[in-house]
Amino acid sequence: MELATIEELEAPTMEIPQATQPEIKTIPEKMIAQNLNCFFGKTQAIKNVTLSIPTQKVLAIIGPSGCGKSTFLRSLNRMHEVAGGTMTGTVLLDGLNIYDSDPVVVRRRVGMVFQKANPFPMMSIFDNVAAGLRLNGLGDKNKVNEIVERSLKQAALWDEVKDSLNKSGMSLSGGQQQRLCIARTLAVDPEVVLMDEPASALDPISTAKIEELIYDLKKNYTITIVTHNMQQAARVSDYTAFFYVGELIEVDDTKTMFTAPRKKRTEDYITGRFG
Amino acid sequence: MKIEPPVLVFPSPSKSRNRNIGDLVFKNLTLVFAIVVLSLVFVMAYEMYKGSSLSIEKFGWRFLWTSVWDPVKGDFGALPYVYGTIVSSLVALVIALPLSIGVSIFLSELAPRWLERPVSFMVELLAAIPSIVYGLWGMFVLVPVVRKFIGPFITRYLGFIPLFNGAPYGFGMLAAGIVLAIMILPIITSISRDVMMSIPNTQREAAFALGATKWETTKIILSNAKSGIAGATLLGLGRAIGETMAVTMVIGNMPQISAHLLDPAYSMASVLANEFSEATTQLYLSALIEIGLLLFAVRIILNAAARLIVWSVTSKFAQ
Repeated sequence: MELATIEELEAPTMEIPQATQPEIKTIPEKMIAQNLNCFFGKTQAIKNVTLSIPTQKVLAIIGPSGCGKSTFLRSLNRMHEVAGGTMTGTVLLDGLNIYDSDPVVVRRRVGMVFQKANPFPMMSIFDNVAAGLRLNGLGDKNKVNEIVERSLKQAALWDEVKDSLNKSGMSLSGGQQQRLCIARTLAVDPEVVLMDEPASALDPISTAKIEELIYDLKKNYTITIVTHNMQQAARVSDYTAFFYVGELIEVDDTKTMFTAPRKKRTEDYITGRFG
Repeated sequence: MKIEPPVLVFPSPSKSRNRNIGDLVFKNLTLVFAIVVLSLVFVMAYEMYKGSSLSIEKFGWRFLWTSVWDPVKGDFGALPYVYGTIVSSLVALVIALPLSIGVSIFLSELAPRWLERPVSFMVELLAAIPSIVYGLWGMFVLVPVVRKFIGPFITRYLGFIPLFNGAPYGFGMLAAGIVLAIMILPIITSISRDVMMSIPNTQREAAFALGATKWETTKIILSNAKSGIAGATLLGLGRAIGETMAVTMVIGNMPQISAHLLDPAYSMASVLANEFSEATTQLYLSALIEIGLLLFAVRIILNAAARLIVWSVTSKFAQ
């Protein structure tokens, strides 16, 4: 029996990666990135991406390390420029280009949770959650108390910390710290919550809690989550976008994406053939 | 195909023992050096205590509270010197602290990289200027400026407060404070900047992502860095207290306690520098050494406290 040659096994794919136009048309769009290019100095991290983010749904962004998924996420609330990056193109939030607005206002409407929990170490649990409110100039004590309690409940942390609100945020476990950061983000009542691998530094139980939380939060918020964990993307998201070397390869509803991807590269990635 | 196991070559025992001896010598030699440094401090403390025992026995705590300094009658009280040192150092701190914090905020939070490096370098260069040069600059530039402009200006507009009054010589606690301020600026600035830079970017991102402005983010960074900045301030204070040459040249060298900043005064370090060669009696010498011992103790305590504080801040974020 003769062995097949390598050429025969892997049929050459003529696929040219292109910015795929989003298929999400039936759902109202909260944000749209149009022809987005992001740079760090001369290095281009995002190449001509156009993608819409559906209202009150969870969009997961997957892709191998270094594919630009975090950069894309950070361009959605103008955090990309904080790290010294530049960009071209537009990002619309409710039809208005966020790059024509005040970044401070944009970030109050588009909140962010980071990969590593980053509570303010000099502040108590209560003050951590209230930090954003105080930045916004909310002085009414009863109102602050009320919002802090509501946010901690939304972040499923209230029962664990309600008796120790004056303790330092650093006294909590890693998973609790991350939920504290989620509560802090929710307290300023953003419309969109961006999450950059929020559970990648956590143990499975804490991860499960964060995932449950994401599921609950989409009733009120539009959520975009970057994850390198495909099972997580499949569990929590309604839509999934696949990025590869700075380009958007494919976006679809999560079920289709994981069962019948249209692009070969996507299939290769989700079946674990590379990445 | 048969694969041969790799032949392992161990160093011969004798060779490895030689190398161990080398390590042992090296380790113990460096240990000796470290012990020498440590014991120097104790030997100095002991020598100074012994040298000043005559004065300590005779005057006791009174040495600190009385202001007679009479070598002829053999009566010594160090209060004017202590006062001059404290007041000129505090003036220096009041001037240098806001400047230093401002510069370090600029360097760590605001300056673009191409500007941060040269400015940091220039600030640290200030620390490299010999104190005698500061003293000369103080005598020939600062003192006339204080006499002609700063002095008349503050007596006219703030003279109703006793603090901003005094003799129109130019030489005095204000001039000393200004020179000291410039001299301690580099140490406070560079340590505050290092402390602020040691705070991880995730803190800045957390604040920005909540919709904080640059200023609000800086406030959060400052609240994290405040104990480190306090440590830097203590180190600066320590330097100001111990500074001798520049202060001696501009403070006026008059052992008096005055509430007016423009008045001449004397400092502990200055009296040591000026009078050691004239100390004719054992008691006189002993009194001077006791001032030295005081300076030594105060600076050791300040420096140790400051280092501990700075270290506790920078190590908290270093994970």
